[in-house]
Amino acid sequence: MTIREPEISEAPEVVGAPPTTSEEKVYVASQWQLMWWRFRKHKMAGVGGVVLIIFYTLAIFCEFFAPFDPLKFDSRLVFAPPQAIRLRSVQGTWHWPPFIYGVKQQIDPVSYRRTYVADTSKVYNVRLFARGDPYKLWGLIPSTIHLLGTEGNAGPMYLIGTDRMGRDMLSRLIYGARISLSIGLVGVFLSLIVGILIGGFSGYYGGIFDIIAQRIIEFLRSVPTLPLWMALSAAVPPFWPPLQVYFGITLVLSLIGWTGMARVVRGKFMALREEDFVMAAKLAGSSEFRIVTRHMVPSFLSHIIASVTLSIPGMILGETSLSFLGVGLRPPVISWGVMLQEGQNLATVALSPWLLVPGLAVIATVLCFNFLGDGLRDAADPYSR
Amino acid sequence: MLQYFVRRVLLMIPTLLLVSIVTFIVIQLPPGDYMSTYVARLMEQDGITDRAVIESLRKQYGLDEPQYIQYFKWVTRLLQGNWGRSFEWNRPVKELIGSRIAYTFAISLLTMLIGWAIAFPVGIYSAIKQYSLGDYVFTGISFIGMGTPDFLLALVFLYAVYKLFGYNAAGLFSPGFEEAPWSMAKFVDLLKHLWVPLLILGISGTAGLIRTMRANLLDELHKPYVTTARAKGLAEGRVIMKYPVRVALNPFVSTVGWALPGLISGTTIVGIVLGLPTNGPLLLRALQSQDMYLAGSFILILSTLTVIGTFLSDLLLAWLDPRIRLA
Repeated sequence: MTIREPEISEAPEVVGAPPTTSEEKVYVASQWQLMWWRFRKHKMAGVGGVVLIIFYTLAIFCEFFAPFDPLKFDSRLVFAPPQAIRLRSVQGTWHWPPFIYGVKQQIDPVSYRRTYVADTSKVYNVRLFARGDPYKLWGLIPSTIHLLGTEGNAGPMYLIGTDRMGRDMLSRLIYGARISLSIGLVGVFLSLIVGILIGGFSGYYGGIFDIIAQRIIEFLRSVPTLPLWMALSAAVPPFWPPLQVYFGITLVLSLIGWTGMARVVRGKFMALREEDFVMAAKLAGSSEFRIVTRHMVPSFLSHIIASVTLSIPGMILGETSLSFLGVGLRPPVISWGVMLQEGQNLATVALSPWLLVPGLAVIATVLCFNFLGDGLRDAADPYSR
Repeated sequence: MLQYFVRRVLLMIPTLLLVSIVTFIVIQLPPGDYMSTYVARLMEQDGITDRAVIESLRKQYGLDEPQYIQYFKWVTRLLQGNWGRSFEWNRPVKELIGSRIAYTFAISLLTMLIGWAIAFPVGIYSAIKQYSLGDYVFTGISFIGMGTPDFLLALVFLYAVYKLFGYNAAGLFSPGFEEAPWSMAKFVDLLKHLWVPLLILGISGTAGLIRTMRANLLDELHKPYVTTARAKGLAEGRVIMKYPVRVALNPFVSTVGWALPGLISGTTIVGIVLGLPTNGPLLLRALQSQDMYLAGSFILILSTLTVIGTFLSDLLLAWLDPRIRLA
């Protein structure tokens, strides 16, 4: 796995000329319009964007979308396999509304292995907007309504199975999304601020500040990422409260992230400093602050957005890996990495492969960010070819 | 060239010094030290609570001195070739790392070679036949390869091998073969395990390489000098291999040096999941238990190798590309 984020200049693929219905339309279009047209050509980027919006919506309203309380456990149903929502009973009769069978535990008389089978004598109707475990949306608004649930919250409904404590994997997955998806954003935001500040200064003023900043960046980039991350996260004290650990890990992740951002910004500043329009603004008597904010930043903002998008997956993978190794986030915090930690050995995975489902979520998220970033990168410079 | 060489060598000295200081700070970051963990364990087991015993232990390991003195002692000893003793294993650090270095090196080197052998031709093909069916297939595979955390890949592979072939592919040998003398059976057993990490590491490493190679080559393919070469009547294969591919290799050469620390640490996560006798798991353990000499030596070796690797890369780049050499 390469954790180093892809450089922005990596693949300026040509998607073709901007779509033109008429030549004039292109000439009068604004820069953002040109970008939008170009972005639309990237089908995969669009798909990635839509999927990400869905994921983030799930994460934001996770209390509502999760069928159960993620901490609620059922000691009689540990490592229970995924259940199916059915429309047709085993006898072959159709049934509306959709329903779910109960779960029965069987213990093999020889090996004492626990297996679960559907208990066809018990039928639970599945409802939308069902009343279930009470929760507080964002810790504020109390409610009991969940998107999906069994009537009267009576039956088990473990759509992707349960974990070693009999907790619902799906609910944990949705709650985990909140942590795993936000850590990338927060981390990127932190590295963006530091990166723009330092990159901007060293690109605009150059000189001794530039030399020192470049040395530090070079050094940070050269140390192998994963061992450095491991070392730093191992330094996060285990007795810290969860929220503090979360920010600690985010800081660790952005410690390397900002260097890439600073490089991009610096390069852009250096190239733009010599541009005619900057000179023109200077001659017109604009203040330095105005030149930077009005003329320079807008012209590479799109570039920054693209490179930010491409560096998020690295952070998400970083969190997942660190938590998986046990040096990142720790239970009771729920993140995809923490969840994957349960499936750490072959024995568990072989018996309950659904423990790896959070891994699929990680892959989907990273893929979507990569597609989206690729599309944004191509759209970022609408004047190229 | 000589001046360039000398300047680069001189630049390495302050960098290495910085590396050692940062390493020392990093391993000192966690609250407490190995002794506090150790003492806590002693208290549990033997009920030792005598402060004098604890203090004498700390003194014995030099943990009672101010940090900067600890640092200087550490660096001086390092320069003399003494890497200290691991608290946890109670063995010299050199011996610990050395005992695992052969496997680490072999596995990393093999995967790296396999990765390059696959990535270069595939990347070139993808770029030349852009938007062909093959390109889409390879692009798809490499995107998934880049998006999958390699520990997940390792778990899925373990599971698949177990389901399909019915054996546990973790580790390098089956139980019973580990201590056995080398024989044909042991060798076959090794092969049965070895292909799993090679494949996993190969996939995750290759994916990024394919993307970079493709992108680099695409940048070059449409430049005028390629048209010129074609216009001169060169055969297509020769046109591609001789000019744009050579230029497209530059970004690789500039990062090939980073492969050097990768040879020592490369297998970190996969090594932990698969339980390989490599350095990765040792490093994780050392970090978790604050085994400071072991962890410190590790990070220091890795960083030093990176600095040396970058240096070698730069030399190679200067040798390969006259534009850099003469600039």
